[in-house]
Amino acid sequence: MSWGVHDVTVRFGEHLALDAVSLEAPPGRVTGVVGGDGAGKTTLLRCLVGAVAPDGGTVRSPEARRIGYLASTSGTYPDLTVEENLTFSATAYGVSPARARTRVAELLDRTGLEPARDRLAANLSGGMRQKLGVIRAMVHRPELLVLDEPTTGVDPVSRADLWWLVARAAADGAAVVLTTAYLDEAERASWLLALDGGRTLTQGTPDEIAAAVPGTIRSVSRRPDGEAARRSWRRAAKWRVWSPAEELGAGGAELVRPDLNDAVTVAALATELETAANGGGPR
Amino acid sequence: MWAMIVKEFRQLRRDRRTVALLVFQPILMLVVFGYAASFDVSEVPVNVFGPGAERVARVLPPPFEVQEVDEGADRADAESALRDAEVPVAVVTSSTGTTVLLDGSELFIAQETKATLATLSDRVPEEIAGSVEVEVLFNPDLETSAIMIPGLAAMILLFVGSVITSLGVVRERQAGTLEQLAVMPIRPVDVFLGKIAPYFVVAAVDMVIVVLAGMWLFDVPFEGSVFVFTLGALLFLFVTLGTGVLISSVSQNQGQAIQLALIVLLPQVMLSGLIFPLSSMPAGVRWIGYVLPLTYFVDIARGVMIRGASFEALATSFLYLAIIGLVVFGLATLRFRGSLAPARRRRETPERTLEEALR
Repeated sequence: MSWGVHDVTVRFGEHLALDAVSLEAPPGRVTGVVGGDGAGKTTLLRCLVGAVAPDGGTVRSPEARRIGYLASTSGTYPDLTVEENLTFSATAYGVSPARARTRVAELLDRTGLEPARDRLAANLSGGMRQKLGVIRAMVHRPELLVLDEPTTGVDPVSRADLWWLVARAAADGAAVVLTTAYLDEAERASWLLALDGGRTLTQGTPDEIAAAVPGTIRSVSRRPDGEAARRSWRRAAKWRVWSPAEELGAGGAELVRPDLNDAVTVAALATELETAANGGGPR
Repeated sequence: MWAMIVKEFRQLRRDRRTVALLVFQPILMLVVFGYAASFDVSEVPVNVFGPGAERVARVLPPPFEVQEVDEGADRADAESALRDAEVPVAVVTSSTGTTVLLDGSELFIAQETKATLATLSDRVPEEIAGSVEVEVLFNPDLETSAIMIPGLAAMILLFVGSVITSLGVVRERQAGTLEQLAVMPIRPVDVFLGKIAPYFVVAAVDMVIVVLAGMWLFDVPFEGSVFVFTLGALLFLFVTLGTGVLISSVSQNQGQAIQLALIVLLPQVMLSGLIFPLSSMPAGVRWIGYVLPLTYFVDIARGVMIRGASFEALATSFLYLAIIGLVVFGLATLRFRGSLAPARRRRETPERTLEEALR
């Protein structure tokens, strides 16, 4: 059974946090949700796990016992040890003591947290704590694993470890949905949904999203003047300029093949320009 | 320094509930304690038993308020009326003279009555009362410690229960783990019971230590049934811990939780009859005492320990304590349901419909 949300709308008072967003989360797939701060990523995940009731649309998710969730706030009890945190979750999700012991040992071993087994979560490094949060969410082998920004504030090595863990969970048959603010790592997901201001910018496989960029993107050394400035953004030492229509570069401009990062930025720019053209100001 | 002062004022302004509590609390304390703090005994309910009861009852001056006159009743009836806390004073007449029985667990009333009786002989002719003998039952030396220790035991439970437990849920909220709990397959009632269980054990051990210490160090009697006392203590603990969890679930941070716990705690200490007798309080304040759990546990603890009161005699206190317990438990569970799983219930309905449709 595939989990997900269909046409989900969530309002917090006057604020429209999600506007008719749909997302499929089939088993065995890592589905990524990307977007900047306030894009609606966390709200979407909270809908999926049942912490927020949508004002419109439908949510398809398994019963609470078969969901694993890492909240963005914190996934662990600082005053419990690594092992105690895991055991608490396993017990709360109804895993038998014997199976819990085996599973905890396996996860600790796989994540390199075994030497920290008896350490308080408060005394772990940021990366270790995130790893603990992730394995805590998957200790009961959930059918739907929902992770809110599992790699935020984590060093590159630990990030690689975390992605490996997530891939393993999907390979074991879980439907994984995770959010990230880092577009460079989002390419590791099999399917991506890009959100901006609570609305869907684009979705598809990372390659599909990159290939679907309309018009052309040029790489220039200086920020262009005039109207084109609104369609430009900085990438490392250079600037990128997007032209909605096919246009061959002139004056040393270099055409680039868009990557995921470019594609999501273009999608956001296109929405912004469209809003401005329709009489609304930039958000 | 200016920057610091401005920052602190801004933060304080944002925490409106704390500001409200800071303003509200002193006013509440002043009003409540101002009215409650009285040792004056204005009324002394009294039963008059024995052959000359009618005549004696007629001449008893204020502050005595005659409740029951029974010429056929005897000393045993008077003792049981005192044991069951029907009245704090009973007058038993007989052919040889008059005996005034006082309930020593009602310390202030007993002291006041003793003093009044000393001056009474001038006003009540001897041919009516005969020779008057005063006898204090249950706490014959009128020891303050004897009535304070059972109450103190209750107060210690109240501290452990309300203050420490009140931090439980707030800690989860502040650590960000409440969200995690919300999506776990744990029922709100399980969260409630899980939260109070460890404190229940600690407070129960505390209770045993305090009672034993009171008996050994201060010679406090333990006249009644240990079973009845234990039952009362467990019920009271449940109420107290539940109150702590309830406070915690409505507080946004630990500061608010502590403030609220104190607001709940101090009136109980002052208005439960632990220090000031309820009968000395004006009715406008006294009713508060009757909705506080400590009032009923003080009654149970003193009744069992000092007077050896039976369960039947204390049934009303048990009943009220149980009602308060149910209300607190219900509110805390509802509150958990609200803050833990706002979405679950709303989502369940369409899912069930879908399942039914598929069937």
